[in-house]
Amino acid sequence: MSVSESEHVATTATAQDPFSGPDLTGHFGRFGGIFVGETLMAAVEELDRVYRQLSGDPQFWRDFDYDMAHYVGRPSPLYHAERLSEHAGGAKIILKREDLNHTGAHKINNTIGQALLAKYMGKPRIIAETGAGQHGVASATVAARLGLECHVYMGAEDVKRQAANVYRMKLLGANVVSVTSGSRTLKDAMNEALRDWATNVDNTYYIIGTVAGPHPYPMLVRDFQAIIGREAREQSLAEYGKLPDALVACVGGGSNAIGLFHPFLRDKDVAIYGVEAGGDGVETGRHAAPLSAGKPGVLHGNRTYIMSDDNGQILETHSVSAGLDYPGVGPEHAWLKDAGRANYVSVTDTEALDAFRLLTRKEGIIPALESAHAIAYAIKLAATMSPDQTVLVNLSGRGDKDIHTVASIDGITV
Amino acid sequence: MSRISKTIAAAKQAGRKVLVPYLVAGDPDRDTTVALMHQLVSNGADIIELGVPFSDPSSDGPVIQLGAERALRQGVGMKTVLSIVSEFRKKDDKTPIVLMGYLNPLEVMGYDNFVSQASSAGVDGVLVVDLPVSEAKELLALTQPAQMDIIFLVAPTTTEKRLQGICEHSSGYLYYVSLKGVTGAAITDADSIAERVKALRERTELPVVVGFGIKDEASATSMAAISDGVIVGSALVQKIGELTDSGARDEAAVAQACELIGRLRKALDA
Ligand SMILES: Cc1ncc(COP(=O)(O)O)c(C=O)c1O
Repeated sequence: MSVSESEHVATTATAQDPFSGPDLTGHFGRFGGIFVGETLMAAVEELDRVYRQLSGDPQFWRDFDYDMAHYVGRPSPLYHAERLSEHAGGAKIILKREDLNHTGAHKINNTIGQALLAKYMGKPRIIAETGAGQHGVASATVAARLGLECHVYMGAEDVKRQAANVYRMKLLGANVVSVTSGSRTLKDAMNEALRDWATNVDNTYYIIGTVAGPHPYPMLVRDFQAIIGREAREQSLAEYGKLPDALVACVGGGSNAIGLFHPFLRDKDVAIYGVEAGGDGVETGRHAAPLSAGKPGVLHGNRTYIMSDDNGQILETHSVSAGLDYPGVGPEHAWLKDAGRANYVSVTDTEALDAFRLLTRKEGIIPALESAHAIAYAIKLAATMSPDQTVLVNLSGRGDKDIHTVASIDGITV
Repeated sequence: MSRISKTIAAAKQAGRKVLVPYLVAGDPDRDTTVALMHQLVSNGADIIELGVPFSDPSSDGPVIQLGAERALRQGVGMKTVLSIVSEFRKKDDKTPIVLMGYLNPLEVMGYDNFVSQASSAGVDGVLVVDLPVSEAKELLALTQPAQMDIIFLVAPTTTEKRLQGICEHSSGYLYYVSLKGVTGAAITDADSIAERVKALRERTELPVVVGFGIKDEASATSMAAISDGVIVGSALVQKIGELTDSGARDEAAVAQACELIGRLRKALDA
């Protein structure tokens, strides 16, 4: 790395408020920024300009809040998972029920917000990349609602393992493009979406599904997802009379995690844990845990921790969960890691699958395999804490989409 | 004056358009790339853009993606790329070489390592597709003292404000991207390109070379007529891909792959 850390930290982190990033050029310390081909630069700069203007307009947020309440079904409840807590034997485990949102995951919070931007910018055509298919479904959903043309790029591998979501997108009127280049997963879908955007930049709005991509995406996706943390903060105070002692969320690109974490960053006593996909175990190299085992680099428009080899080639990732199968991570997480404000850990496929079954049996809630990673870590963490403490877990999505994957691991065809 | 500037100035003086082929380093293998480069020069290439293969070439179309995949299957990394340049330089110390690729390989190697090793291998310029001027300060601080040119792209979407920064920091030449899209797409609107390039040449002394979508005599001559020269990528990489398909790597096969460049040279000089 040739970027001096102190140089950029000085621009973002003021002594009064180190958490006010990104700076005007989209940097979180040495991370973030804008790294795209020249053809897309004007579009990215225009989006930044439009978002800065609209996000200062109270009417924009009134429209957003209206949709959150009446279309998504917010606020999502906090739920005290008593039997799971008892099983863990320690702190109270509390779930933030993003799985109850319309379309079944947190992804809709972001697509509603970006659809408002697309509408304002007058773009008739939407593109999106998707891994698990949840963001693809959420994009197809808002496109249907606004009558916009929608194309969703999805790695050929993911098309296979998330067949139900592919069909949902098609029902919603989206064109699902199966991407056969590279490793045929989420990163390749994102490459293909960027190529489409460069080709159709005049009439197309690209809805990125996580807090990655070039600035302003990591900022605006975070702002839309931060409704999770704002609600959770208020609900904790109202229902438990205090803030949670710890927050836990899974980290793919990092949107559900930053959405939960961001409103708590200034609450120094709230411990923060992001859980990456450990796959077969971080030590095996077969995982999707760039914060745990990657190094700084540049991918898909921003500087962050990524998984790449000594030649700078992006490595293939491995996770039972399609939504976590990504070699990069949002730049704000990279910064929070280096700043020491958040801890990043990983759990393996096996641990996540165990947690998937456990939550299903103990609480009657089938979690998404992504969210099961957070549950798995929360159980371990709660066990080290006392019963008067609380661990708040982002249950980012429901597991219906993963039934086939789990069944086939069990040797059953559904 | 850099080797790139000298070459373009000499061509201008001779009333000749520069012809810049692009090929992927290590496609189909290291030694054949060196042979291809020499053949391109003898067919009339003025400058060579040597692609550094990257796993996630998000500004490239399918043809160059496949070229990069073929090179990556041979395990080609920056070390091999630079060894190709050194090998080429043993027999040719005149033809400028521009490395074209994506930023992450440079990030991982470290900018200072990259610039010093590339310089000593004989690289004259570098074009990093996903490194806009606004993020290029650190790299520029290293390339300038090493007299290495940084070539930036100008696109049909580039705003006036951005153009200012690009002109200020570019050296060697400006690479005008003829179309909105990725490499290998087809040019559809030659008139508006002509207008844009004309405006560009009025505001900068830098030579302007047009790339993307140039695949035959017609597109090459029409784009060269309005600029200082043309870059030919996908059409050549497609031919080089046929070497892998056939397995042939001998002189005749190399000559066959580069035949297009000889034809374009003739058309440009006619
Ligand atoms: C339910 C669910 N949780 C988490 C993720 C991971 O994304 P992120 O890290 O951006 O929240 C996904 C992605 O598809 C998802 O569907």
